[in-house]
Amino acid sequence: MTDHVVDLPPSPPAGQRIAPASGWRGFVSDWASDQTSFKGVSWGKAMMWVFLLSDTFVFGCFLVAYMTARMSTTVPWPNPSEVFALTIGGQSVPLILIAIMTFVLISSSGTMALAVHYGYLRDRRKAGALMLLTALFGACFVGMQAFEWTKLIHEGVRPWSNPWGAPQFGSTFFMITGFHGMHVSFGVLFLILMARKVLRGDFDTGRRGFFTSRKGRYEAVEIMGLYWHFVDLVWVFIFAFFYLW
Amino acid sequence: MSATTVHADPHANPNVSSDAPVADEAHQHHPVRLYFAVWGWLFVLSACSYMVDYIGLQGWLRWTLIVLFMLLKAGLIVAIFMHIAWERLTLIYAILLPPLLVLVFVAIMASEANYTLLTRVLYLGGGP
Repeated sequence: MTDHVVDLPPSPPAGQRIAPASGWRGFVSDWASDQTSFKGVSWGKAMMWVFLLSDTFVFGCFLVAYMTARMSTTVPWPNPSEVFALTIGGQSVPLILIAIMTFVLISSSGTMALAVHYGYLRDRRKAGALMLLTALFGACFVGMQAFEWTKLIHEGVRPWSNPWGAPQFGSTFFMITGFHGMHVSFGVLFLILMARKVLRGDFDTGRRGFFTSRKGRYEAVEIMGLYWHFVDLVWVFIFAFFYLW
Repeated sequence: MSATTVHADPHANPNVSSDAPVADEAHQHHPVRLYFAVWGWLFVLSACSYMVDYIGLQGWLRWTLIVLFMLLKAGLIVAIFMHIAWERLTLIYAILLPPLLVLVFVAIMASEANYTLLTRVLYLGGGP
């Protein structure tokens, strides 16, 4: 598909070949050109970004709804620092489980970034192993979230009431963390599928995908990574606004 | 633009021809050290935001620090891990500007929430 590139005169570095202008000049000429605005960006990556943008609005709406509920209630909001405390060795440590979940998710983002790196170096063993490690961290995170949900439900938290204060606490908690946990779960699933493709060498042998019947490229690892980092990114905001505020 | 079009395989499916700038892979090579550095900073910043709660800071100092650490973490993830720092301005602005509209929504709903609280306090006998 890109054979035509070969017969161009001395090939300048990537991206520049397609749209030489950079900075604001390039910004204007990119948007003013026909066919594609995102020069040097494959459709797969562009579509993932568009999806992530729409997902940003979904989570943005959840967090805005939470803000509205918390600001407008006349009943005190439960103190997350105490609600999510765990008793370790007879001592109550505030928010400790959430902190551990945060570190686990950040670690998974780190391993994913390395997986993308080794994917582009065409080191399929390292890339695949790192993706599986990422999936393991993700599964770990979901497990801890399940533990947290179980604990809170045992303590009497329901979407319509809870023992500590404003009843909206339960509904926003289950909605926001549940939706995020679902994203992590799907991410784990796709990570395992993608790791299998990478380890089997699909992107080296040009094996066609079961679903798309098209050959894949190592860029698929980066696109998978975009999704995974986004899930981590959303958690950064949930951690700040829901758990710490 | 014209160069690539002229040399493009005339038999190629025009829908597919634009989808594979393999060259894109070239500018996503960064030293592993960079990823480890970002990873480390994310740990430090997370620890910092946890300490805000652990120490029990309250009021404006607490909120400022929470938002500061949150934005720094988000910036590192988006810029380095998601490679936005190396994308073209066109993509950067297409992705980063629209979410700012959420802030407008936040402002609208904050005002609405204040009004709801006021009516609840005035008419429903609630109140702090």
